[in-house]
Amino acid sequence: MPAIAVEGLRKSYGGVEAVRGLSFEVAEGEVFGLLGPNGAGKTTVVEILEGYRRRDAGSAAVLGVDPASGGRALRARVGIMLQECAMPRLLGVGELLELHAGYYPRPRPAGEVLELVGLGERVGDRVKTLSGGQQRRLDLALALIGDPELIFLDEPTTGFDPSARRDAWEIVRSIRTLGRTVLLTTHYMDEAQNLADRICVMAAGEIVAEGSPETLGGRQAAAARIRFTLPEGVDLGALPLPAHAADGHVVLETATPTRTLHELTAWAVARGLELPGLEVLRPSLEDVYLELTRVPG
Amino acid sequence: MSDVALVLRQVRFEQRSFWRNPASAFFAFAFPVMFLVIFGSLNRGARLESMGNIPYNAYYVPALITFGVIGACMTNISMTVSIRRDSGVLKRVRGTPLPAWAFMAGLIGSSAVVGAILAALITAAGMLFYGVSAPRHPATLLLVLLIGGGCFCALGLALAALIPNAEAAPAITNAVVLPLLFISGTFYPLDPNSTLSHIADWFPMRPFALAVFAAFDPRGIEPGLPWVDLRSMLLWGVVGLVVAVRRFRWEPRRS
Repeated sequence: MPAIAVEGLRKSYGGVEAVRGLSFEVAEGEVFGLLGPNGAGKTTVVEILEGYRRRDAGSAAVLGVDPASGGRALRARVGIMLQECAMPRLLGVGELLELHAGYYPRPRPAGEVLELVGLGERVGDRVKTLSGGQQRRLDLALALIGDPELIFLDEPTTGFDPSARRDAWEIVRSIRTLGRTVLLTTHYMDEAQNLADRICVMAAGEIVAEGSPETLGGRQAAAARIRFTLPEGVDLGALPLPAHAADGHVVLETATPTRTLHELTAWAVARGLELPGLEVLRPSLEDVYLELTRVPG
Repeated sequence: MSDVALVLRQVRFEQRSFWRNPASAFFAFAFPVMFLVIFGSLNRGARLESMGNIPYNAYYVPALITFGVIGACMTNISMTVSIRRDSGVLKRVRGTPLPAWAFMAGLIGSSAVVGAILAALITAAGMLFYGVSAPRHPATLLLVLLIGGGCFCALGLALAALIPNAEAAPAITNAVVLPLLFISGTFYPLDPNSTLSHIADWFPMRPFALAVFAAFDPRGIEPGLPWVDLRSMLLWGVVGLVVAVRRFRWEPRRS
């Protein structure tokens, strides 16, 4: 049984379709990334699965249960880290965790969870004394305290500085070692690439691509480019293969980079030429992402 | 964990949050105590001719008890829920297995504790410093406080459900509560035949004030249980509960 199964999911707000017939599955133990720009509908999808919103059409199963009617029993099996969400500021870190632990049938020990998110030393401090990044970690600790089978992380690192993001990634990786399923939304490509086993790219309420970070959007099959600077005294027309000039470089596009590179270098070596700045380029995940989510017009 | 234990735990944590927040503790206690000291002292020798010449404070201290309880219950719950809803605290709670009723019971229980402390404090101060005699009908007083407290907690939840956002919460809450307190004789006795008191009879504040006073009434009239007043508060409590259950929101209103 998949941890999450969604089929033909639809949701409108006041006549505007935020989610338009979405279908995907998340396998047990998988870290699944829902990637897309702001307004793509990621949070709407996640909040339907968390039970906060009702879907207009389609089916959804979370741990085999319809999230619209799963109620208390389902919420006991799921951990939720919401997007930017305040905590009771006047409770202590340990107190808050203890309070939430009591909501679940089989919670993890509070100390262990605080260690996991790197807040072990703050157990006695008030929530309001934590920095923004530390509050996000506490947020994550609250999502983990019930020892959930499935964890929703909605844009867990938005607003973090780069080092805090790296720390958060480490934490997500450690959740994965617990063998739990994670549904992660993000608008950072590198985050999805670093954390997710599989990525769905959403744009304007639809899935526009699905795959592993390596294969997403047919990236591997896409044409590679061989780029170098034309050596002095060599004319563009003298090259053995068709090429064009761009930004002061020569660029060859090819579906068979190994063969093309061999032909090019053999030609250069035979003439005693060095090709300055020679490199083989593939579209980055970012290029693929921007291409996929580009809004027409 | 049993349901009772779950609610008691919520009450305990609500109490911690309450007492650690200087603003909420201040507003619940400062005004009733301040009013007692100022008006109780100013009117120390005064008597109310219209009420059989009883001392002013014999009327004022029971009325202040209702003021304190309404503040601790209705005002406090309405503000707390509005603020927590806008900051996202309620949304987070909704994502846990804690049932909605247990959350609300925790809030109501915690308000009841504060209301009970206030009622005891004002009664004791009235007896010690303002010559008020002990309630003649303590059992009736407890029953009235219980039903009144429940009614105003339910109305606090209902009001929170109708308040659009946290910024508007203090203004709307005070705009609803304060005028009703003024026309209900909370600060000065009203002529029971005046238009204002006829209007106030439709709301639960005046019945609460009359019922608490009846339990203290030094004239020694044996009133029995103040059924009419209790019925009014029970009705309003049910109305509040229905509105709260139907209209309660766990998330900020979408802009």
